[in-house]
Formats: sequence, structure tokens, C-alpha cells
Amino acid sequence: MKSNEIRDIIQNNIKNKKHFSDRAMPLFFLSMAFISVLTTFGIVYTLVVDALKFFAAVPLSEIFSTRLQPLSADPSFGILPLLNGTILTTIIAMFVAVPVGMAVAIYLSQFASKKLRKILKPILEILAGIPTIVYGFFAYSVVTPILMRLIPSLEPKNVLSPGLVMGIMIIPMVASLSEDSMNSVPTIMKDGATGLGSTKLETTFKVVIPAAISGIMSSIVLAISRAIGETMIVTIASGSSKRFTFDIFQSMQTMTSYIVEFTSGDAGSGTVGYYSLYAVGLILFLFTMIMNLLAQYITKKYGERY
Amino acid sequence: MKENKFQIDNNRIKRRIVLNNRVRDLFSVVIVLVMAILIVLLYGIGKDSIGWLDLQFLTSNLSIFPEKAGIRGAIMGTVYMMLVVIPITLILGVATAIYLEEYANDGKIQRFIKVNISNLASVPSVIFGLLGLTVFARMLNLGSSILAGGLTMSLLVLPIVVVASQEALKAVPGFLREASFGMGADKWTTIWRVILPVALPGILTGAILAMSRAIGETAPLVALGIPTLLMKIPTSVMDDFTVLPIQVYYWTLDSVLTREYTFLAAATIVVLLVTLFVLNSIAIVIRNKFQKTF
Repeated sequence: MKSNEIRDIIQNNIKNKKHFSDRAMPLFFLSMAFISVLTTFGIVYTLVVDALKFFAAVPLSEIFSTRLQPLSADPSFGILPLLNGTILTTIIAMFVAVPVGMAVAIYLSQFASKKLRKILKPILEILAGIPTIVYGFFAYSVVTPILMRLIPSLEPKNVLSPGLVMGIMIIPMVASLSEDSMNSVPTIMKDGATGLGSTKLETTFKVVIPAAISGIMSSIVLAISRAIGETMIVTIASGSSKRFTFDIFQSMQTMTSYIVEFTSGDAGSGTVGYYSLYAVGLILFLFTMIMNLLAQYITKKYGERY
Repeated sequence: MKENKFQIDNNRIKRRIVLNNRVRDLFSVVIVLVMAILIVLLYGIGKDSIGWLDLQFLTSNLSIFPEKAGIRGAIMGTVYMMLVVIPITLILGVATAIYLEEYANDGKIQRFIKVNISNLASVPSVIFGLLGLTVFARMLNLGSSILAGGLTMSLLVLPIVVVASQEALKAVPGFLREASFGMGADKWTTIWRVILPVALPGILTGAILAMSRAIGETAPLVALGIPTLLMKIPTSVMDDFTVLPIQVYYWTLDSVLTREYTFLAAATIVVLLVTLFVLNSIAIVIRNKFQKTF
């Protein structure tokens, strides 16, 4: 009888204990985890609500025009100058980041000795850890003066210099993501190619890169998304001219620097100019979101697991 | 004719080997180039800061005279903002990771949260500034205070802490868990007493990396509308503030008018980079010294 009672007490204790911590804790953690979901909803909600007010006030024909003069007496909100600035800086950045990043990745994963890798990887990490504002300063007060000596027609604020520096900033990202995917190609495949008499270069370009192509592609897509969303470099070094031109020696404004100019400026809440901020933000958000999903899709669809 | 097919073409092999070596050399040149850029960057900034970076610069308030201006306010602002960011990101980030790794069974909710976090990590930081401007500054009426900036920044770096903590929790071997359950510990006790202590170095490394990101981030704070010239040193979380990167930003913009501002910006960058370097070194030490491998 007595032993039964004790057993009951133990059973009861376990039940009570389970009751509280094992039920409350998962709920607590779930609610914490939902903050991140709330953040996403918060972003979408704030952007969509105010962007809709903008789209209600401004006709589509005006939005797709090349005239952007938000602060003039007769304001006009054409998005094309901003899109143009964003796309041009992104293209320039990709011309730097993709070839250099790939070269670094190939060298690190195929040619470099272990010792050299140990030295080179931290250097890449240093480059990756430098805040964007520092790159902005670098673009404006180091790179632009150098470029102005080479190209006399270059304006003090231009698209070329921030584009190049943005490319430098993105090199570590392309390099490390591509290197990871090249490293995950099994050695057996490489050994097979080497055994058939390939040089390292042939192995790299005919075996390793084709096998790692999904990772490489998605790293490039992510790099594009990063370049589109980059803010401080272009704000500092590319200026705020709302021109629609393809001359990269001139100053242009990107979507991100438009947002910075307007929030730090004196656009009153409730004006169309203020809402335009959110419209630009929404377009930017959708751009990067699509890029990110595309990168995930590429890895999922074409990624091969060995 | 048929025999020729199997004959070894020595010239061709030589050409292939030469090509291999040339391309390898080309890649090495690219690597050297990247390092050269890093050196030019550090040299360009370091050179501009010489003569401007001294104790007076670190301990003075802002001034309209460049010679007297200092970054005490920016340093204090950065410290105050970190006091908001660190506890919030640690609690939210680790709790989210614990949920994803320990409690959630591979279901829809877990996948949804994971996708959500990886998407959040790729949202441009200036968008977080818009979120902060609308929700924290306007709706909750926090203005451009330290609290508003800190909350915005916390949400921005949250994914970093979550992912790092997830990795750290994943690395805890299963036999520790089983041993703990075998001793009659319930799930929460196991997590609190066994899993978290083992995962702590990994979590701390992630937290420090998140911190250094938050210290260097500019765009969301600019979007919040932080005042250009702030002479006052903040005393509470509801005060207006400025941080190191913001100071760099304004001084770089103003360097068109006053050349000396370039040097002030460079000196501030040196302070910023040294801080980040120290933080990252601490993270590396923690990772190497305290992380157990099983």
C-alpha cells in the first residue's frame, strides 16, 4: 500500500511538472519565434499601406515617366530615373564582383595550398566585415579623385565610382558562396578527371564548375540583390541628381538613396512626396524578395546533392 | 590513319599545361589585386586620419570648428544603442533558435519561420529604416530616440543571431540530450542545463557578429531621421542620439564645404574599424578557445 502511495505521489509530481514547463515553454518560444514573422508582416504592411496612397494620388503615366521632381511647385514622380540609377550601379558592380569573385573562388578552392587559404580567407572576411559607410567614404574621397585624374569629364559625384566600389564590397560574398559550392563537389569527380589526364584548369572548367553551377548562379543572384539594396555607398558617392541618362560619368540617384534623401530631408508626413518614399521602398522590397526567392529556387531545382 | 589517333601530341599537351599555368597566374594576380585594394582602402583612410585622431578627438563634443570637434557623443550613442540591441536580439534570437531546433517538429510552421528569417536577412537595411520610421518613430511616438533606433537595429540583426544560434544548437551532440533525458530531466531542464551551456560559445560568437553589424550600419538610422548636428550627450534611452557611422556620413557629405571634415570622417572610420576589429577578434577567440568538439 505504502509503496503504491509513493508511486502515486511521484506520478503526480511528474504530471504537475510536465504540465507547466513542458506546455508553457513551447508556447513562449513559439511566440518569440513569431516576432520575426511579425517583422516581415510589419514591413509589408507599412510599405503597402502608404504606397497605395501614393499610387492612388499619382497616375501611372506619370510614374513611368522620366521626370522626377518631388519638391518642385509642380511635382512629378517618375520612377525611371531611379530605376536607371539603380540598374546602372548594379551592372557596374556585377562587372567587378562576378569575374573577380569567381577568380578568387576558383583559386581558393582549386589552386591555393592549405597554408595560403588560411591567410587569404581571413582577408576576405575583413573585406566582408567593413561597414558600407566606410566603402562610401572610400568611393567618394579616394576612388573618385583617382578616377577624375584618368577621366577629366567625370563629375565629383558619379555612378562609376560607387558602382566599382560596390563591386569590391560584394567580391567576398560571391567568392565565399561560390567557393562553398565548388568545395562541395566530391573529390572523386575531380580525381576522375585528373586520372583521365586533365590539367587542373580543365578539371575546374569542365567538371567542377558545371557540377557547382547552381550554387554559383544563386550566389550571383544574391549579389545582385545585395547591390540593388545597397544604400550608403551610392548615397554618398553618386549624389542625388534625378536625371535620366546613361552617362555613368554623371551623378544619378538610386532607389535607396532617394529614400535616404527624403527621410533625412523635410518631407512632411501626409504629402505625396512622403508616400512616394514607401512606393519606392515597396518596389525595392519586391525586387530583392524576388531575387532571394529566385536564388532559393535555383539551389532547390538545380542543386545536386552528392 | 588509325594509329595517329592514339599518338601522343606532345605539343598539344605542352599547350594545355602552359594554359593551365598562365590561368593560375592570372588568378593569383587577381588575388593580389584584391589585397592591394584592401591596402589602398586602409592606407587612404589611415593617411587622412593622421594628426586628427587623438585623445581630444575621442573625448570632445561636436563643434563647428573642425579642430575642436570630437566624437564623444557618437561613442556614447553607439554604446547606449548597443545596450538596447544586445538584450533584445539575444533573447529573441536565442528563443527563436531554441523553438526551431528543439521544439518545432519538422512541420509547416517551422518551415514558414525558417523561410521568413532567410528572407528577412536579405531585406535591404534601408527598408528596416522605413519600418522603424513608421512603427517605432511615428506609431509608438518614439521619434528618433535611442530606443527607436535600438529596436529597429535589433530587428535588422535578428536573423544573424538566429542562424548562428541554430548552428550552435545543432552542433550539440545527441548523446548529451539522451543522457539528460535518461537521468529523468524534462525537456526544459535539458535545454537550460545541458544544451545551452554547450552551445553558448557559438551563440556568443553570433551575438558579437550581430553587434558589429549593428555598430557599422548606417542606412536604417538615417531613414529614422537622426538629427544632423547634435551637441548634447544622450542621458536616457528616450534622448536623440548619433552614432559613429552617422557621424562619418554627415562629415563626408559636408566635406564639400569644409575640407577638414574629410579628415574628421577618416578619423571616425579608424575608431569604427578598430572597434569592429577588436569585436571580431573576441568572437574568433571565443570560437577557438571555448567551443568544444565532440
